[in-house]
Order: sequence, then structure tokens, then C-alpha cells
Amino acid sequence: MSELPGDLKYTNEHEWLRQEEDGTVTIGITDHAQSALGDLVYVELPEIGQEVESGGEMAVVESVKAASDVYAPISGEVVEVNEELSDDPEKINADPYGDGWIVRMRPTGDDGDTMSPDEYQAFLDELED
Amino acid sequence: MPFIPHTEEDIEAMLGEIGVGSIDELFDEIPQALRIDDLDGVPIALSEQQVSRLMRSRAEQDRGALCFIGAGAYEHHVPSVVWDITTRGEFYSAYTPYQAEASQGTLQTIYEYQTMMTSLTGMDVSNASLYDGASSLAEAALMSVRANRKSKSRRILLAAGVNHLYEKVATAIAGSQGLTFERLPLDTRTGTSDLNSLEDDDDAPVAVVVQMPSYLGTYEEVDKLTDWAHEKGALVIAIVNPTALAVLKAPGDWGTSGADIACGEGQPLGIPLSSGGPFFGIMACKQDIVRQMPGRIVGRTTDLDGNPGFTLTLQAREQHIRRSKATSNICTNQGLMVTAATIYMALLGPEGLRRVALSSQQQTAKLVARLATIDGVEPAFPTPHFHEAVIRLDRPVRPVLEALAKRDVLGGYDLSRDFPELGDTLLVCATETKTDEDLEAYANALQAVMSA
Repeated sequence: MSELPGDLKYTNEHEWLRQEEDGTVTIGITDHAQSALGDLVYVELPEIGQEVESGGEMAVVESVKAASDVYAPISGEVVEVNEELSDDPEKINADPYGDGWIVRMRPTGDDGDTMSPDEYQAFLDELED
Repeated sequence: MPFIPHTEEDIEAMLGEIGVGSIDELFDEIPQALRIDDLDGVPIALSEQQVSRLMRSRAEQDRGALCFIGAGAYEHHVPSVVWDITTRGEFYSAYTPYQAEASQGTLQTIYEYQTMMTSLTGMDVSNASLYDGASSLAEAALMSVRANRKSKSRRILLAAGVNHLYEKVATAIAGSQGLTFERLPLDTRTGTSDLNSLEDDDDAPVAVVVQMPSYLGTYEEVDKLTDWAHEKGALVIAIVNPTALAVLKAPGDWGTSGADIACGEGQPLGIPLSSGGPFFGIMACKQDIVRQMPGRIVGRTTDLDGNPGFTLTLQAREQHIRRSKATSNICTNQGLMVTAATIYMALLGPEGLRRVALSSQQQTAKLVARLATIDGVEPAFPTPHFHEAVIRLDRPVRPVLEALAKRDVLGGYDLSRDFPELGDTLLVCATETKTDEDLEAYANALQAVMSA
């Protein structure tokens, strides 16, 4: 298991969030999630400008084994999507915390429930037991 | 005799094992309001012998009559080798088999079918088929909503010549998901869509459906409709007749950028009329929206030893993986009908299919010209037609059709219910199965009925 980046927050749906300086939040799925899904073959991205509610469907990631919804960890407006994933979904497998980011959102409400890297690591350890 | 292998004791033992009192309790999660206690209107069971006799007597009603009814299902010559091969034990299954990859021959047949359909429609991808033409429109409409996420509309605009039955079925299937279907007005002089009304249509639909040839046998202005729809941000759904595709422009070439989805009834490709079914639905689309396409798709691949093989592909769209988020609850295809269609197309080839199309068109043109010599009978439109055409009578159509049926001629389809704006009209169809003598027999019967 690789090291969890310390500057991110995590959710129990295995997503990560990065607070950007301009007030937006970048969101992706964790290394644990990509490894559980296997090789990704397709990512369905939301429309820019789309309003999503915390807990609502935001994207779909499809691997050779399964298709899974990615739920929005916070409420907000989608301001940018990682278009490169349309042609190159395996970027999520290769670099889940970097080039494999999925959307950038402008939050409109309270933060959802998130975890620190240590808390998420403990959550993962518990899952493995 | 019920073909259920469990005895009462078996059932008691199984229920006891899982701690459930009765089989009904297993269905507890279905709310009472959604359950049906008895099957009103379903007659009591018949014995095998009684059913055989009933089916034979029903089948006999079809015998002998000369059929000039098209209206969505077409009588074509089916070479006997088609069903000879199709009903071989190796092929004889209604569905895509379970453990599909163990049946390489079946998958290869479906793959060949898909290849033929993409070639006919000018599309990039075809699925392994759907249930029938009407439900293929419903699936295409639902698909267009998923694929056209930029559009907030749930309105599907139908060209005037879309089969009314297809609209009813699509409304029944897709209406509960918020889709509405509207129709362009019919230009009663030409039998095609009146495109003038498009100018005022500010509210862009999510998709535009064009049937070509139209239900009335006429040719819609497919290029104009396609370009208008795309300009408005709508997708274009083509309803096709596969026989006609042998001679008409493929939907993939309509307008500047081509239709997005092609669907339709596959029956003309080697499937007998059989009093209405089973038939099969066609569906093909452009590459960029393939993940929104419902149904099974067979792909070609190589196995671990590098040998070519066939496999079901893109299954993550489907119900057994995607559950309630699947593109459709259709998880199978009309395997047997598709097998027959594939053999039919392989036998005829592009040239054979073209000859069927041209011969059908010519026989219908001859029929219309001959019928028009009868007093009180005239073609409804001066415009060109494919293998179907609208005939206007000087009196109500239904009694005429009934009188023709008594003379063993099924004279066409009464349009007064679906197209009341056309007055007393009927839709007639002659395919390559009708000889000049058959056409003459129809004309003589109609002459007799009209002058009686």
C-alpha cells in the first residue's frame, strides 16, 4: 500500500479532496479504490456547470470488472472536469492523486464528512481485517 | 403435468431449512399493492392435444390468401436453407447462451450479424439485436436521453411518417421515465413530414426520429431533418427497413454528419410473418455513444495463445453488472431470429438484397398503376414510394377490405385510424413474392368489389 498524500482529505467512499487556493476543491478516487476496481476502461464525467449534492452521483468509473458510481463528497458546482480521462481513463490507475483527478468543484455548502490521512489509513486497515 | 421437479416434501424441507413458513413469504418485499392475486382474463390451462388443435386451426386461417399488407411486417421469399441451418441443434436457442464464450459459433454468428448491420446502416457499432422494431424505438429514445446530456429536454420529435404502433409502444415503455413524443404534421399532398413547422420550433427536442422509408412508403427529406436536428443540439434516430437499405442512403450518411442511432424491424431479413412474430429489433449507433447503447455486443479478440476468438464485450453497461443503473433491462437478444437473418443476408449478399428491394419497389409501382385504372381508386400521393404506397378510395376502406378478404385477398392496411387526415385510404404493399398474375388477381377482386 502506497503512502497517502498528507495534504488531502478522504472519504469512506474512497475519494480524496484537495482544497485549492482559489477556493475550489479537486476530487478523485484513492489508490485503494483504483486498485480494487482494476484497469479502468471508461470514465463518465459530469457536465461543467452541473450542480451536485453531497452524496449524489457525480461520475461513473468503469473497469473491466465493474462500473461504479462516484458520489460527490460535497455539494457544489462542477467547474472543471478532467477531459483527458475520456481518452485515457487508465491515468486514474497510474496516478490516482495526480493526473488521475476527476473533477474540480466550487463548494456551495458545508463540507461533507471527511477524514485526515491517518483516519483514512485506519479506516483502510479496519477494512482489511 | 407441471414440469417442476420439486415434490411437496422437497419444498417443505427447503423452507424449513431457511426458516420461512411459505413460498409466498419469500415475496414479502413486493408491496401488496403491486401484487396480482388472480389472473383475470387468462383462460384455464389446456392439454397439449387441445393446444395443438387450437394452434392448427388458427394457423389455417392464414392459408391461401394473397397478402398485400405491409405496414411494418413484410412477406419476402425466405430460401429454405435459411431455416434449415437455423434450426440445427448447434444454433437452436432463443437467446445468447449462458457462459457465452463456450459457444464460439453462436458468438461468431452474432459478430457477423453486427458487421452486416453496421455495413447496411453506415453506423460504427451494432448490438446483437433487441426484441422488435417497436421496442427498438423505445430503447433508442431512452438511449438518446442518456447520450445527449447537454440537452435538458425530454421531448422526442417524430417525423410524420413514424409507425403509430411504434409511438404507442415507445410511450408505454419510456413515458414513465418522463419522455414525451410529439409528431411533425403530415403534408397530405406529399405523404411526407411538413417541414415548415420546423421554423417555429424554438424548443429543441432531445432527439428527432425519422422513419425512412416512412410508414406510408414515402421518402422523407432525411438530410434536411438531420441537419436541422443537429443544429438544434438534438440527436437523430433513424428507423430503417433493412431491405430498403440495400438501395437507399445509409443513415450514417444522412445530412452533414449522419444520424446518431439507427433502429428498426429486422423481420424482412428472412423471418416469416408467422401471424406477427417473433421478430427482432435492429439497433446500431455511432462510436461516441456506444456506452449508452442497450443490449449485448459481441467483440472479436485473441485468446491467450494468440488465436482469434469472440467474446461478449462492454458488459458493464448491462443489467447483470450495472444492476438498476444499467442502460436497459434488456439482457438478451433475439438470437434465433438473428441467426436466420445472418444466414439470409449471407445467402443474398449485397446484390441479392438489392434485387429484392428493387423488385419489391417495381411490383408495388405496377400494382398502384393497375389499381388506379379502377373507378373510385387513385394513388394518394404523386411522390415516389418504396415497396408500399397509399391508395385513396371513394368510400370507406374497411368494408372493401372485408369483401376482398372473402375473395382470399388481404388488400392492405386501413389507414383511417392512424392517419384520419388522409381520409379513406389504405396502405398496399407488394414484394418480390407477388407475380404479375397476383397483381392482376388483386386488381380483378378490387374491381369486382368496387362495382358490386
